[in-house]
Amino acid sequence: MNFFSLPRFVAIALKEFIQMRRDRLTFGMMVGVPLMQLVLFGFAINTDPKQMRTALRCSDEGPFARSVVRAMTASGYFQFTGRLPDDAAATRALELGEVQFVLHLPAGFERDLVRGRRPVVLLEADASDPAATSNAISALQTLAARALEHDLLGPLARPAMEGAAPFDLRIHRRYNPEGITQYNIVPGLMGVVLTMTMVIITALAITRERERGTMENLLSTPVHPLEVMLGKLVPYVLLGYIQVTLILCAAKFLFRVPVMGSVPLLLASVLVFIVANLSVGILFSTIAKNQLQAMQMAFFFFLPSILLSGFMFPFRGMPQWAQWLGEVLPLTHFLRVVRGILLKGNGPAEVVHHLWPIALFVVVVVSLGLKRYRRTLD
Amino acid sequence: MTAPLSGTARQAAIEVEGVTNSFSGRVVVDRIAMRVGRGEIFGFLGPNGSGKTTFLRMLCGLLTPDSGSGTCLGFDILSQSAEIKKRVGYMTQKFSFYENLSLEENLDFIARIYGLPDRRRAVRESLEQLGMAGRKHQLAGQLSGGWKRRLALAACMIHQPELLLLDEPTAGVDPKARRDFWEQIHELSAQGITVLVTTHYMDEAERCHRLAYIAYGSLLAEGTTGDIIRHTRLSTWTASGGDLHALCSALEKSEGVSQVVPFGNALHVSGHDAATLELAIEPFRHGGHIWQRAEPSLEDAFISLMGEAKDNFQ
Repeated sequence: MNFFSLPRFVAIALKEFIQMRRDRLTFGMMVGVPLMQLVLFGFAINTDPKQMRTALRCSDEGPFARSVVRAMTASGYFQFTGRLPDDAAATRALELGEVQFVLHLPAGFERDLVRGRRPVVLLEADASDPAATSNAISALQTLAARALEHDLLGPLARPAMEGAAPFDLRIHRRYNPEGITQYNIVPGLMGVVLTMTMVIITALAITRERERGTMENLLSTPVHPLEVMLGKLVPYVLLGYIQVTLILCAAKFLFRVPVMGSVPLLLASVLVFIVANLSVGILFSTIAKNQLQAMQMAFFFFLPSILLSGFMFPFRGMPQWAQWLGEVLPLTHFLRVVRGILLKGNGPAEVVHHLWPIALFVVVVVSLGLKRYRRTLD
Repeated sequence: MTAPLSGTARQAAIEVEGVTNSFSGRVVVDRIAMRVGRGEIFGFLGPNGSGKTTFLRMLCGLLTPDSGSGTCLGFDILSQSAEIKKRVGYMTQKFSFYENLSLEENLDFIARIYGLPDRRRAVRESLEQLGMAGRKHQLAGQLSGGWKRRLALAACMIHQPELLLLDEPTAGVDPKARRDFWEQIHELSAQGITVLVTTHYMDEAERCHRLAYIAYGSLLAEGTTGDIIRHTRLSTWTASGGDLHALCSALEKSEGVSQVVPFGNALHVSGHDAATLELAIEPFRHGGHIWQRAEPSLEDAFISLMGEAKDNFQ
């Protein structure tokens, strides 16, 4: 048997096991991470989001209005968070993404119901993510007919209205009326692509210097660590902007995604997000011993970013603890920024509302990184 | 070699005292004190892992000593590493330039880092001196081991440092290239540049003005080649001819013989006391071997030092 020798094969396999065991970090990643992800994502991801924040814009406080609210709450899809004083507040709440829905009950709702005049009930939905809202909307359409069946009894029950809702339910799917998935995904991809490339590239670029020994050489010259960091990062910031430009062009001309807000504003906010990802890359490079570990850490960061940020699955569909986790990730906030600017026409005020958590993230990660950064080799 | 100039007579390039460094509880450099004069070629010898590289790294500011003090080129090694870095060329043991940059690009990068006023000329002259002006567009990664070393030396000299720290600069380099390399070192020394070089080659050690022997973090001997040999107080006999293998194993067990080292077709038999050594070899004098009294070589001295250090360490 010259082609295959069992002892030789065993020798290789044994050596591989020993090396695997030596590299604790990789071993941990291979065993611990899948388990963690299983639990994390298994419980967190939900494609049928419930308990979505809904605000009430109500000009009528009667028992019928309360019945409608109660029926909607009972469906499990809607969670009423408060009342809004006027329509401007309703628009602002939707633009900021504070609520997913606003339910408008008109003045004289009860009077018109009693008289059988079928008052108009308006549900405004933030449909920028069609997946988040579609189930709730269809549930509402079926429950509308039965929401008031216990209230409209006796003389109020009109046989003529049998089967149809006693009010006229109208639904405004705002920001993405046709429910086109690309409108939501393509701007989101900008964040995903930036997260992936920026973190991986910086983590690798700095770890490579250390692995190949060129860092030792650099440190023996008068060059200052800040100069090394900035000098290494600026080319990647430019690369990030090339990616952003490409994706923006594709969004506009290939996918026909509406661009409602200001592109310069978007480009400015992208910088904060790029810096956030670069800082993660630097932090990883201060921990990783070699490029493989750096790569694994980058991936470890990338997966939750994609799954818990609201890119793939509706953010509000996740349990509360998963949403808190998601709020830590820069991508979560950047998705709100980019979708807000492109689809909702968000201005600087709304954008800043979503940018400051990213800025806070940068401050924390950079200070951690500086703490770990070894200026000398010890 | 050339007349060794006394280290204390001239201005010091390096003067340190009590320098200590430890990694995770293990002392790697233990209270080293030494002085190297300007323009001297100072050889640094010792077994692998003895702390030579760590010591060099402390001199050029890559590592901070845990304790101890001293100056390098007149600057404090603890607080003025920025000034030291500007004036020192450090050549790492491993090739540490960018393999995917060309020769010219590598040199140009280093020249920019040091902020050389006439960068282009410095790079061109460096390439010409290297004799690689015609191959300047070649990627550094494609060079052979010897050429990589030469590139590294050229790169760490491009800013005309006053002190060169060379960490095993000739490991894996062929004899011709090594000779050229040492000629260059002596030229630099003649220009007043101080060179601190670590090596495992005895012929190279003998080309240094002065030497230091370091093992397990401690400086065991220092001085000229002669000083070091005298320091070990060895007496050596050579034996050749006959069955040297049998002789070797027999002698190793003898009282008064501290080491038996085969050198080609001869054995170097050494002991710390000339009289007991002579007594020890007496029984073997008439076994068909040719015995000659010899001067202990530097290598004998080092092997002896290494053995003693191990004894002290254990």
